[in-house]
Amino acid sequence: MSELENPGRPALLEMYRIATLIKQADDRFIALIKAGLIASPYYSPRGQELIPAAVSVNLRASDYVVTMYRGIHDQIGKGIPLRPFVAEFMGRATGTCKGKGGPMHITHVASGLPVTTGIVGAGLPIANGLAWAAQLKKTGQVTVCNFGDGATNIGAFHEALNLASLWKLPVVFVCQNNGYAEHTRYDLGTSSATIADRAVAYGMTGVTVDGNDAIELWRAARDAVGRARAGEGPTLLEAKTFRFRGHLLGDDSHYIPKAEMAAAMAEDPLPRYRAWLVVQGHASEAALDDIEATNAAAIEDAVEFALASPFPDESELTTDVYAMEARA
Amino acid sequence: MSTSAQKKMNMVQAIAMALDEAMALDPTVLALGEDIADAQGGGVFKCTAGLSTKYGTERVRSTPIAEQAIVGAAVGAALAGMRPVAEIMLMNFMTVAMDQVVNHAAKLRYMTGGQTHVPLTIRTTTGAGFGTGGQHADYLEAWFAHTAGIKVVAPSTPADAYGLLLSCIFDDDPCIFIENLPLYFVPGVAPLAGERVPLGKARVVCEGADVTVVSYSRTLHDVLEVARELEAQNVSVEVIDLRTIAPLDMDTISASVARTGRAVVAHEAQVDFGVGAEIVARLHREHFGRLKAPVGRVGAARSPVPYSKPLEAAFVPTRARIAAAILDTLN
Repeated sequence: MSELENPGRPALLEMYRIATLIKQADDRFIALIKAGLIASPYYSPRGQELIPAAVSVNLRASDYVVTMYRGIHDQIGKGIPLRPFVAEFMGRATGTCKGKGGPMHITHVASGLPVTTGIVGAGLPIANGLAWAAQLKKTGQVTVCNFGDGATNIGAFHEALNLASLWKLPVVFVCQNNGYAEHTRYDLGTSSATIADRAVAYGMTGVTVDGNDAIELWRAARDAVGRARAGEGPTLLEAKTFRFRGHLLGDDSHYIPKAEMAAAMAEDPLPRYRAWLVVQGHASEAALDDIEATNAAAIEDAVEFALASPFPDESELTTDVYAMEARA
Repeated sequence: MSTSAQKKMNMVQAIAMALDEAMALDPTVLALGEDIADAQGGGVFKCTAGLSTKYGTERVRSTPIAEQAIVGAAVGAALAGMRPVAEIMLMNFMTVAMDQVVNHAAKLRYMTGGQTHVPLTIRTTTGAGFGTGGQHADYLEAWFAHTAGIKVVAPSTPADAYGLLLSCIFDDDPCIFIENLPLYFVPGVAPLAGERVPLGKARVVCEGADVTVVSYSRTLHDVLEVARELEAQNVSVEVIDLRTIAPLDMDTISASVARTGRAVVAHEAQVDFGVGAEIVARLHREHFGRLKAPVGRVGAARSPVPYSKPLEAAFVPTRARIAAAILDTLN
């Protein structure tokens, strides 16, 4: 296989680093929630780690990523610093949003994460605006907008795809299709056979890839980001994946047939990717263990930082509502 | 200069003048909305006529009929450092884009701990009087004033429309700019170029001693007419034009009511749960012992805007109802 068709070794290992950092952070967050140290609904991205890993290595620091309440994988992929990231989860003053946003609204402009929305599908029209500004300013920035399959059924999805195609905006719409919109199975809520099929209606490229295959994802992301960067307009990239921990932490996934869950678990993308890296000779087991040990230390450092950080002062309650705290 | 002060202009011209000036002044000012570019007619009410020819269709973009896409794109562009002016043709169509306005434009500054802000202006029009029925003429300002993070502006004259719109465009918060259709083609004193009207400052339009009437937008003109009529009956009415609904200039209202001891709030939106309720509550709190009468409220009927002409005329706060509310505080 040619270099053009495959990521080089640094990209392969970076994807592994990001994907495992996401999984390790997810495990740690769940432990913190169970210990009562984070008080928030939690939407685990477990199973979907490879998607932002493969997209991110094709992005520049200045590119934008828009994501949603199930977004820690996208945020970690874009390189959000772990200390303020974990502090925001814990509602601390040192959090990315001073503790005012919380897990569903994690934002870090310096990392290229200007919008995380708790409203299904709302990120797409906003991503268009970020891309429009980049187009006008000729900055070459690309905007990646992440959402689930459920989001493709709200009006904003259709309005946004239509506008992005009309205006040839540098956006990559990444649908992380995990097969369930909250508790509703894909085919009970979505009328098209695939999400990518919907791109046809808007005259844009639509691609469906195996979201558990790092290399296939990387190629699709590279092509979509390249099209956007070259002024060739948006892409709808559908990555088929699975959600191992239900819609919301505590959800027992009773609506997922046991056989389906077992089959998905057997296809867990992380061990598969790890085995593939070793078998292909890209890394030794020890080298991959080292990456995970470094991740674990970084996560622990961030947790300690967050736990030692103060909660916001009560005076913060009414600041940041208006530019100059206007009397209302 | 007295000559320029005498010059007349209508609100459409004043808005066009403000948009032109803002776009000339600052390359980050953008305009988007349905049919706003010149090839599509320069906006259904012509407020944007000429802009795309002058500034290009990159900066002045006609959009599909897709309000969520319009406001969402404006929010995103604002986050990326632009100053977009989105046109939502009629205020009722704001309902289609409420998620973007209320959950995003209004809250992003707060939810990001001040990392981001949304310097977005949404221009929209409304007002009963053209037989458009229930879905094209509502005043929904209370919905937005109730949402923390948004500023709500409602001019009553061409000069104010010009000066307030410039202030909105260059303000760092999201502003909803409510234009009144029945006032669009009424000539008024032309604005002086470059003269901005500050947000959050009301104006005492005429001084009076017996009662304060607080109003804005089209209803203000009816209030002024009633004030002139009552003058003949020896009733001296002080009239305040809010100009900005949120933030509310309570200082100006309160100072006036401290002198007159009586107040009425008059607006076109229906009375129940409206802007008037907020003002009345604050006045009662601040002036409870000094008020000579309960503060009155006048607004539209509690009904959707009706189509049939006599019903539509009765729906809005009529001069007779405004006069009755004022006289009621004097008895």
